[in-house]
Amino acid sequence: MADQATFAEQAMEHMPSLYTAALRMTRNPADAEDLVQETYLKAYRGFGGFTEGTNLKAWLYRILTNTYINIYRAKKRRPEETDVEDFESLYLYHRLGGAEVAAAGRSAEEEVLDRFTETEVKDAIEALPEQFRMAVILGDVEGFSYKEMAEILDVPIGTVMSRLHRGRRALQKRLYDFGRQRGLVPAREGTE
Amino acid sequence: MSEHCRESVDLLYHYLDGELAEEHHITIRRHLIDCPPCWSAFEFETELRVVIAHKAKEQVPAHLRQRVFDAISQLEE
Repeated sequence: MADQATFAEQAMEHMPSLYTAALRMTRNPADAEDLVQETYLKAYRGFGGFTEGTNLKAWLYRILTNTYINIYRAKKRRPEETDVEDFESLYLYHRLGGAEVAAAGRSAEEEVLDRFTETEVKDAIEALPEQFRMAVILGDVEGFSYKEMAEILDVPIGTVMSRLHRGRRALQKRLYDFGRQRGLVPAREGTE
Repeated sequence: MSEHCRESVDLLYHYLDGELAEEHHITIRRHLIDCPPCWSAFEFETELRVVIAHKAKEQVPAHLRQRVFDAISQLEE
């Protein structure tokens, strides 16, 4: 049985990752801070019910996710799309030059990817519909397993995989569009 | 693109996520070693994921840490 005295010491270290998720979900710092605070307060009150030795980070994320859904979804500032188009695999790879770039070596590939700014990456994630955004944050930014994500989001593993994989491809499409707008990547014939 | 390539690309995310049964994982790993185009595509996806995770991370504002500590202390009182 976990006691509240150990809460601060164990739970506080997860704040950077919870704040990152909160900001990507709410898309605004004031709401993100409120969401993180609410999550910690709920977690503190419920810490007695947390089984020590199990996954604290996943438990905190579950509280964050539920709190977000209950509070912030209701006062959403803009209408939310609920679906994404399903783009093909390796969307960005093929459009950034694929094998040609790869042939130029690992560093050329890294250089291409490094051209995307932090703002573009964050905006691309935030542009995803909520369900897909949540899956990409949990999977790609936080590295949770499918099983952990299923528990956090309270959906079947098949649903997690579908949201994560489609969300990733939609994210690639968005990054490519940013790249095109800034002239970082050329329009490639035959890929439009 | 061979049947092996197609199968590998279909399972790309499962593979990179470490979510395949060992037997399938080994089959794809073998294919990647034999197939430079698939290898480079998988490398790219791996690198992309590192870039996304890295660039999407946020620093916690110092005042938020304090705010949360204060809110919890109030509950304790």
